[in-house]
Amino acid sequence: MKFTVVDRSGGVHPLEAASGQKLMEVIREAGLPIAALCGGCRSCATCHVHVDLDYLERLPPMDEEEMALLELADDVRPQSRLSCQILASQEIDGITITLAAGSEL
Amino acid sequence: MDRLVVIGGGQAAFQLAASARGGGYEGDIAIVSAEAEAPYQRPPLSKGYLLGKVPRESLLLQKPAYFGTHRIDLICGVRAVRIDRDARQVWLDDGRRLGFSALVLATGGRNRRLAVDGAGLDGILGLRNLADADGVRDQLACANRVVVVGGGFIGLEFAAVARALGKSVTIIEAQRRLMARAVSEVVSDHLRSVHQRRGVSIELGTSVAHFGGSAGRVETVELADGRSIGADLVMVGVGIVPNDEIAADAGLETGDGVRVDAGLRTSDPHIFAIGDCAAFPSPEGGFHRLESVQNAVDQARHVARSLAGSVEDYRVVPWFWSDQYDEKLQIVGLAAAADEVLVRGAREAGRFSVYRFRRDRLVCVESLNQPVEHVTARKLLARASPVLRAEIAAQDMDLRKLLHA
Repeated sequence: MKFTVVDRSGGVHPLEAASGQKLMEVIREAGLPIAALCGGCRSCATCHVHVDLDYLERLPPMDEEEMALLELADDVRPQSRLSCQILASQEIDGITITLAAGSEL
Repeated sequence: MDRLVVIGGGQAAFQLAASARGGGYEGDIAIVSAEAEAPYQRPPLSKGYLLGKVPRESLLLQKPAYFGTHRIDLICGVRAVRIDRDARQVWLDDGRRLGFSALVLATGGRNRRLAVDGAGLDGILGLRNLADADGVRDQLACANRVVVVGGGFIGLEFAAVARALGKSVTIIEAQRRLMARAVSEVVSDHLRSVHQRRGVSIELGTSVAHFGGSAGRVETVELADGRSIGADLVMVGVGIVPNDEIAADAGLETGDGVRVDAGLRTSDPHIFAIGDCAAFPSPEGGFHRLESVQNAVDQARHVARSLAGSVEDYRVVPWFWSDQYDEKLQIVGLAAAADEVLVRGAREAGRFSVYRFRRDRLVCVESLNQPVEHVTARKLLARASPVLRAEIAAQDMDLRKLLHA
C-alpha cells in the first residue's frame, strides 16, 4: 500500500507499507521525525496525525481509548488519529497523513 | 565551534541530541555510547521483543542515517572514561579526547547484582539492554523452569512473557507484595492474582540465599527460608545502580545518581544530567531518580531548551506504564509519600483506578485497564490547583467535571 506523509515543515514524503503494518512504525523506519514515545502501545498521543478528510470514513472508527488519548494532544481536529492505530490496507491505499502537534521528535 | 557532548546512548541521549538540533543548536553534537547499537527503545525488550513480535530493526529510535543528516556524531561502542572539567574535555577509551562547551550525562544505570554464592552461574541473567535481551530470548527458548528474582516492573513483565511461552514460572520477591516500590497495595494484590490465575507461583517476603548448580550452570535457587526451587533459567530484576561514577570521579556531586538542581544542572554549570542516572529535586524534599521513557524524554527536552537559553525549572508530572499479559497498568504522578487511597471502578472485574493522596491532595493515580480514566488523571494532576480528596470522593461518575475547577 502506498501512502504520503506530510511532515511538520510541510515536506512531502511518499512511502510504502506492507498490509497490516502500523503507519507510525513505517514513518519512523523511514527516518521521519515522529516521537511515538510509547512505541505504539496506546499510552501516549505523540504519534498524532491529521488524516486526509476523503479517507477518514475508510478507517475503522476510533475506540474510547484512542479518543481519550487524543485529548492529551494539541490541535485535535475531526481528522485526528493516532498513527499507531492506523494499519496499512488496500482500503486506504493512497492516503495522505500529516504529522500533527505533539508528534515532534 | 561549540560542541555539545552527550555521554550515553539511550532514550535520553537520543532525545537530547534530536531536540537540541531541532531547537536550532548550530554547534557540533556528539553522542558517546558504550553500546554497539544505535539508540533503541527499551520497553519492548521485556515484552514484544522476547515474544518475537518486534523485529530488531524496529527497536531503533532512528536509523543510523538520521544522525548524519542531522550532523550528530554518533560514536558507538566507545566508553567515556573521564571528564576533565578544567579543560572541558571528555576522555574516551579509544584514546580520543572530545572538547565540549556543554556536556550532558545520560549514562543510565546497570543491573544491581545479587551478592550471593552462585550468582555467576550460567543461566542467571539480567535484562537491561539489547545484548541482554538477545541472550534471554535464546535461553528462554530452551528453558522449562524459569525463576524470576524481583517482582518489580521488569520481573513481572518478564514473568508474563515466560508464562505466555508456556514455561513454569516462579517469582521470588523480598517484600511482602509485588511492585512495592511503585504501586499501592490494591494494585500489588491485583497483579498477584493476575499472575497466579495464569499459573505463576509467587513467593513473597523471602529472598535468595544462594544459587546451586553443576558444570557451571544453575540448577536450583536456594531461598532464605531453606526451601529449594529448581530452575534452568533465572532472571534477576532487582533494580539498577546509576552510572554516576564518571561524575563522582570528576568531583561532581552524586548520591544514588548524578545530583542536579531544579534546572537539571549538576554542580558544574556546563554539565547537565538527565534520565535514569539523574537525581533531581523531589517535590517531597530530597532527591530522586525516575526510570521511565517519559522522564528521559521530558528531561532531555528541558535541557535542550536550557541550552537554547530557557531558564525555567523542570516541573513535569511523571507517568509510567506496564503491560503484563492483557493487563494494562498506567500510573501518573508519584506516591512515595501517599497516605490515603480511594478506589474507583470495578475492582472485581479488574477495571479500576486507585487515587492516592498525601495530606488530602491527589498525588498519584494508578489505573488498571482504564485508559480513559488514566488520561483524565493526567489532566487532573496537571490542574493548576491541587485536586483534593473531597473533590474526588464527591464525584459519582465523571471526574472530568473537576478539570474546570
